[in-house]
Amino acid sequence: MQFDQSKCSVLKGFVTIKDGCAHVVPAAAVDLYFCSVSPGPCGGRLSTRTMLGRTLREVSAALKQGHITPTELCQKCLSIIKKTKFLNAYITVSEEVALKQAEESEKRYKKGHSLGDLDGIPIAVKDNFSTSGIETTCASNMLRGKGYVPPYNATVVQKLLDQGALLMGKTNLDEFAMGSGSTDGVFGPVKNPWSYSKQYREKRKQKSHCENEDSNWLITGGSSGGSAAAVSAFTCFAALGSDTGGSTRNPAAHCGLVGLKPSYGLVSRHGLIPLVNSMDVPGILTRCVDDAAIVLGVLAGHDPKDSTTIQDPVKPFVLPSLTDVSKLCIGIPKEYLTPELSSEVRSLWSKAANLFESEGAKVIEVSLPHTSYSIVCYHVLCTSEVASNMARFDGLEYGHRCDIDVSTEAMYAATRREGFNDVVRGRILSGNFFLLKENYENYFVKAQKVRRLIANDFVTVFNSGVDVLLTPTTLSEAVPYTEFIKEDNRTRSAQDDIFTQAANMAGLPAVSVPMALSNQGLPIGLQFIGRAFCDQELLTIAKWFEKQVQFPVIQLQELMDDCSSVFENEKLASVSLKQ
Amino acid sequence: MPRFPPSLNSSLDLKSILQHLQILWYLFLMHLCLELCRIGLSKKAFEAFHIKDVWNWPWQLWNENWNLNIVHYIFQNLSLFVQVLNRRCVEAAVMTGLALNCRINKKSLFDRKHYFYADLPAGYQITQQRLPIAVNGSLVYSFCAGKNRSQVINKTARVKQIQLEQDSGKSLHDDLRSQTLIDLNRAGVGLLEVVLEPDMSCGEEAATAVRELQLILQALGTSQANMAEGQLRVDANISVHHPGEPLGVRTEVKNLNSARFLAKAIDYEIQRQINELENGGEILNETRSFDSKLGCTIPMRDKEGKQDYRFMPEPNLPPLLLYDTESLPAGADPQQVIDIDRIREQLPELPSVTREKLVQQYGMLPEHSFTLLNEVGLLEFFQNVMKETRAEPKKVTSWVLNTLLGFLKQQNLAVSESPVTPSALAELLNLLDRKAISSSAAKQVFEELWRNEGKTPAQIVSEKKLELMQDQEALEQLCHAVMEGHPQVVMDVKKGNPRAINKLIGLVRKATLSRADPTVIKEILEKKLAS
Repeated sequence: MQFDQSKCSVLKGFVTIKDGCAHVVPAAAVDLYFCSVSPGPCGGRLSTRTMLGRTLREVSAALKQGHITPTELCQKCLSIIKKTKFLNAYITVSEEVALKQAEESEKRYKKGHSLGDLDGIPIAVKDNFSTSGIETTCASNMLRGKGYVPPYNATVVQKLLDQGALLMGKTNLDEFAMGSGSTDGVFGPVKNPWSYSKQYREKRKQKSHCENEDSNWLITGGSSGGSAAAVSAFTCFAALGSDTGGSTRNPAAHCGLVGLKPSYGLVSRHGLIPLVNSMDVPGILTRCVDDAAIVLGVLAGHDPKDSTTIQDPVKPFVLPSLTDVSKLCIGIPKEYLTPELSSEVRSLWSKAANLFESEGAKVIEVSLPHTSYSIVCYHVLCTSEVASNMARFDGLEYGHRCDIDVSTEAMYAATRREGFNDVVRGRILSGNFFLLKENYENYFVKAQKVRRLIANDFVTVFNSGVDVLLTPTTLSEAVPYTEFIKEDNRTRSAQDDIFTQAANMAGLPAVSVPMALSNQGLPIGLQFIGRAFCDQELLTIAKWFEKQVQFPVIQLQELMDDCSSVFENEKLASVSLKQ
Repeated sequence: MPRFPPSLNSSLDLKSILQHLQILWYLFLMHLCLELCRIGLSKKAFEAFHIKDVWNWPWQLWNENWNLNIVHYIFQNLSLFVQVLNRRCVEAAVMTGLALNCRINKKSLFDRKHYFYADLPAGYQITQQRLPIAVNGSLVYSFCAGKNRSQVINKTARVKQIQLEQDSGKSLHDDLRSQTLIDLNRAGVGLLEVVLEPDMSCGEEAATAVRELQLILQALGTSQANMAEGQLRVDANISVHHPGEPLGVRTEVKNLNSARFLAKAIDYEIQRQINELENGGEILNETRSFDSKLGCTIPMRDKEGKQDYRFMPEPNLPPLLLYDTESLPAGADPQQVIDIDRIREQLPELPSVTREKLVQQYGMLPEHSFTLLNEVGLLEFFQNVMKETRAEPKKVTSWVLNTLLGFLKQQNLAVSESPVTPSALAELLNLLDRKAISSSAAKQVFEELWRNEGKTPAQIVSEKKLELMQDQEALEQLCHAVMEGHPQVVMDVKKGNPRAINKLIGLVRKATLSRADPTVIKEILEKKLAS
């Protein structure tokens, strides 16, 4: 009886939301709702809730206890997706697919046969993972032009669906994941939800009075900015990104999320449209470390379709709660203290180190002597593989094809000129230059050798007894779009990948965990880098850190208010266009 | 200025001409899937797709709800996804390497070779440029020479390396409508490339070596190696030089798809190069194709200039590690590792051994053993006949190689299409062996069997009354009658003309409708003439 009642009250809650605010879903209501279903002993009100209150794990518990149905949850998320459309987080919203999956999930719950923690949980997938029957664009005219619809699911997507997750849609990115802002895709830039947060707005009001609010929205970071915005704005509970040089950790840091780049070889890349095969890893974006662990537990493991995945069986795991860090050794790589690092990030970084030290951990300065060469070598290797991987887009088998048919060569040239943006073409050109017979030894081979040295740096440090490395994720907090585009993509990528790409070069697991808000009210994340295939250990430490810092929840009431006005404006615009 | 031999004969001086031979053939990368694919596509039966339509076709396949494997196979080719290596391909490569006496590399590497071509869906081919799977082997082949081709000469071509590759699709250029058709059915399928050292010196040698290789592959089961279907293709690199001088500039004749064309193309190219140099010209390092209608080689248009293939290590395929009994890690999952020694144990009998056995077991002439192996299915036919007949192996060999093969060749049929079954031939030979019919009657029975009217040899013999006359008395009467009717011939015999008796034998045979054994007739006649 009690059970039924609680379900009723939840449903009532929904009705009021729907009836009361036809266009608006106040974030407070969202919070309230999640609090009310929260079964834990700490089920207090919104003000006392930490971000953990709205995690995948909690929603999963609510689903299992019948406090909410997958369909209700799905519709809720769909409505938030619609209301936050202006963020440009999604390229494709797969509403029908999601609702159908929710229906099936609901049947399973009714029979008491849920598939696991992810059953009925809304997720989003970066639009460079192949999704069966759903258009996959890579935010490029090359694939979008003819509407590339893959006939198969990427292994990671399939694994999520096999667990009953609901696919809400495909998220925005830089074209072919080449960028660090999520500003260079054919569908336009992604807006950071924090631009509309109460925390940021209040700080801005204190500082300036006359600036135009709308033109000052912030970038999400990239290239998985759409996935980050989607999770950050509550449209889903976890999202897949891809991480080649920091593309998951960078937007996670800017959007106040946990961004995990697993060890290279732990998670299958089959179906991830390749950028740099030797560095690409599917990434995970969630609101807390535990959630990332749940998703990793589902995704990890050998895939016969990807020869680089490890053969050892991987079991889903639950992270232990560390209480004692006194046996830990945290390494602080001195080379990461660069002049470009903002003072705020720098002081938070040292605060974090002090936190560990004060709790009894050993914190030592370590050296990764080849760090300064890393970004240059990353550029050579990245562009070389990009040049190779982009060769398949020739307009013949799929994707865009130009109208020119005087010769095959002319067709290739025009197709690729029309299909790729400047960034992609630039990388193809430099990559092919590095691979020319006359340059191969001087660039590609040398960069590979340095890559080995970089990887060895990490091995040496870890062998010396260091458990994890603690570094900044980004140089600073998220910057406004207008500021960001003052530099070109290449310069930006070189700056923004500075702390993240070395983990890709060495194939190590790394996670960005939000620590605190900056003076401007924007999230700042720090990065933990672990030993290869010690992802679980890494996450355990990250979880302890997360618990200590109590990063605040994004407050989006204003965003939701704004949504309504944006929505109305859009409606008006479309009406006037029709006339 | 080097002098070159003026005539074709001298140009065939073994030392003066060297060729590099590259032999390609392919395996089933997606072994089962390719079969499925063929079945599935048989509606369109290898119909080429217009370049403009290529975009659509995988989707059409998808919409028709064909077997998922087929679609997967095709998408692997059009891959937006990472490549994986097929275990079967590696095993086939190791097996082939062992059969060709190669050293198998315990570690081999994969590379990408880049070029833009319409039939290369990924824009690069995966190959083994740096470290191939097998090196330093040899291919021993023999050919028959001399009078009656009865002298068997053994030759050895060194195998430089064997590498695993991916096949591309096929382009068909329609000059008339200036369009290109692309068939991607075989794109992405595994390919073994065997590179031979320049150890051959004429077209016939090359053709014989390729034939031997074909037999080896068929025996191994690593490829059907059907040249006409492109399962085995040969690129011949040809150069000429004077004895004692370094190798000349070489040309490459691509995609030779029959042993006959291979021999013709090589001999043509040798002569062309000699003529060119004799006339003060020079040989260009170029790619040529063989025009089978004109019987000559012509430069290929489509690969102009020098390509920079921008080789790069294949990041999706880690180094391929192979093991032997010694190095096999303890407790390794047999599904995850390849044990070279295990494959060596499982090697089937190779053609050279089979031939030797035939010679020893049946006292067969070596050249006959070659013919038996060279025709697909003929050896099996022969062995099946042998199982069911008491006839002498030599007799069986003669019937299979002369009569049966003759009939097959005349009608251009494969052994498998023969209307005469091994059992029928065995029964026929048994009749002959126990002298129930004469050998000329046997020929007649064979012709009847060839018409394939479902009758057994015994039925044909009794219907056509072909059995030998066993009635001695009747035969004696016939002989008597013939002698009576031809007194002049009898006189000749008696005068001492030994050939005259043959005429009498012939006449008696005619009277018996060829059903009597000539030796028996001769005996009776001699007895009668002597009395």
